[in-house]
Amino acid sequence: MTHVSIHALTKTYPGAIAPTIDQLSLDIPSGELIALLGPSGGGKTTVLKMIAGLLDPTGGDICFDGRSVLRDNPEARGAVMVFQNTLLFPHLSVADNVGFGLRMRKIPRDQIGPRVTQMLDMVKLPGLGRRKPTELSGGQQQRAALARALIIQPNVLLLDEPLSSLDAHLRQDMRDLIRSLQQALGITTIIVTHDQQEAVMMADRIALILNGQLRQYGPPDAFYKRPADEGVARFFGGQNFVPGVVRGGLFLSPLGPLTLPYGIADGHGTLTIRPESLRLGQGENARPASVTDRHYLGTQTRLKLRIGGVELDALLPPNTADEVNTGDTITIHMPRQNLWVFAG
Amino acid sequence: MSRDRVWFRSIRALSGAVLLVWLILPLVPLAIWSFARGWRFPDILPQDWTLQAWTYALSDTSGVLGSLGLSVWIATATTVISILIGVPAGRALGLYQFRGKGLVELVILAPIIVPGIAAALGIHAVFIGLGLTNTVTGVVLVHLVPTLPYMVLVMAGIFANYDPAFEQQARSLGASPLQAFWHVTLPLILPGIIVGSLFAFLVSWGQYVLTLLIGGGRVVTLPLLLFNFAASGRNDITGAISMIYILPGMLIVILTARILTGQSDAARGFGRA
Repeated sequence: MTHVSIHALTKTYPGAIAPTIDQLSLDIPSGELIALLGPSGGGKTTVLKMIAGLLDPTGGDICFDGRSVLRDNPEARGAVMVFQNTLLFPHLSVADNVGFGLRMRKIPRDQIGPRVTQMLDMVKLPGLGRRKPTELSGGQQQRAALARALIIQPNVLLLDEPLSSLDAHLRQDMRDLIRSLQQALGITTIIVTHDQQEAVMMADRIALILNGQLRQYGPPDAFYKRPADEGVARFFGGQNFVPGVVRGGLFLSPLGPLTLPYGIADGHGTLTIRPESLRLGQGENARPASVTDRHYLGTQTRLKLRIGGVELDALLPPNTADEVNTGDTITIHMPRQNLWVFAG
Repeated sequence: MSRDRVWFRSIRALSGAVLLVWLILPLVPLAIWSFARGWRFPDILPQDWTLQAWTYALSDTSGVLGSLGLSVWIATATTVISILIGVPAGRALGLYQFRGKGLVELVILAPIIVPGIAAALGIHAVFIGLGLTNTVTGVVLVHLVPTLPYMVLVMAGIFANYDPAFEQQARSLGASPLQAFWHVTLPLILPGIIVGSLFAFLVSWGQYVLTLLIGGGRVVTLPLLLFNFAASGRNDITGAISMIYILPGMLIVILTARILTGQSDAARGFGRA
């Protein structure tokens, strides 16, 4: 159980103009699983390598339980990184790969064997220890790499895109395995991913990094309900953005005055409502809307609506929009708890 | 069995035969000479057989055993130094991009392109100043000129297909830099080191001109001794020494045929990965 705190961490590669990671600060409570989320090539792996001690930061600090680890060598940090392409040592058997960390710690061989067996059982690879890594499937290789990291009981587990190389059906198994092992062992875990769905399903908290900067850090639902800005909302599938003014709990815009949830300060802002949060029929913040386009998606129906000159996207549940056609005028409403306004 | 397989088999048998004839046949007369007591022109085989040449070659007076030991020592030293220089150099060329990389590659390959004697004459002048002429050390150093290109070339090929992240992974799992090298890097590059060492050893083993020039005739390796006997017209002793001289090459080829012909990354040359 290790509390990880990162202060103003910055990395600028030699010869680069802009920093790859710019003033990143994160506080990761002990035993939590957090996801570093962002587009591929956005510097997330750089953060993992800096935490693992494989890369020196240009600035900032990394602390485990309040103590700076920047001067510690990677082998002394107790933070183990599992690379995206597993990097199982090809000249060693699966068992020797899993036992590698223990051998480096000079633990006697007769103690390593049973622990390797136990670890292989834990990641559901029983009896495969004598194989070579190349004789394992992609999913098995990922699990062997996970076992190799977990066997040394790390303080911090760093996983770089652990699911990206797996087929869809294996992905779910691996996701559940990582989550259940992480919960059982209580290891502070940081996962790098470019897949927002993966992050939402696995993580206690998500750190969204766009262009090297932390844009929002919090529990997964906050990214849907209370996005920090338009970029964040768009990354999570937000479509509808309407500029306007907040005054006395109302949002004033070409949509007409809308009742907002409590606690949104007065001033200029942008209103956002997720497409799936628009409701058909009468209710709070009801408006007449003309349907300019309609797409049947099987489990949902996507409507393009025009309200007071503003285009809005709506995703309606099955069977509710069967009678709606392009050109119709319908009534939709926007429950206030589904509305969110960010500044600017 | 399909027609293709028959074809493949006969071609394989044919090339095997050609190779055998090409490699073994020139050695047959030498082998016969070493056991012959006189062998005159019209005779297909010598009239008389004897072990005289072998007895002489293996005696203390001939100096063959001394030269053999010296040759082994020089070739081994040259190989070890080639490894120590060639592995880091090959890593730099195979793994990293840097300014002037093309020029460095050219300079390293130059000894293969430039005739050895031309370079050796220049080196000779320098070595006189350094007091390295007529010494074993000087001979070892000059042998590095032709051996290093092979070593560096082979190691560059190995490292071009090597992922340095393996070392990072090892460090992250708790290995010190030395442990990471010993347990991860070294096993992964070992095939290349073996192949490069064979090249280096055999190239050093076969040196004549460089040894003669820098050794000044004082450092008498096996090829120098062999040439002395050949020049003096003693075909029987020449034959016996030749057999001894060929031995390491034969042994190495037999022991390592699998590495040399297998799917090894060695012998792929400079990588551009």
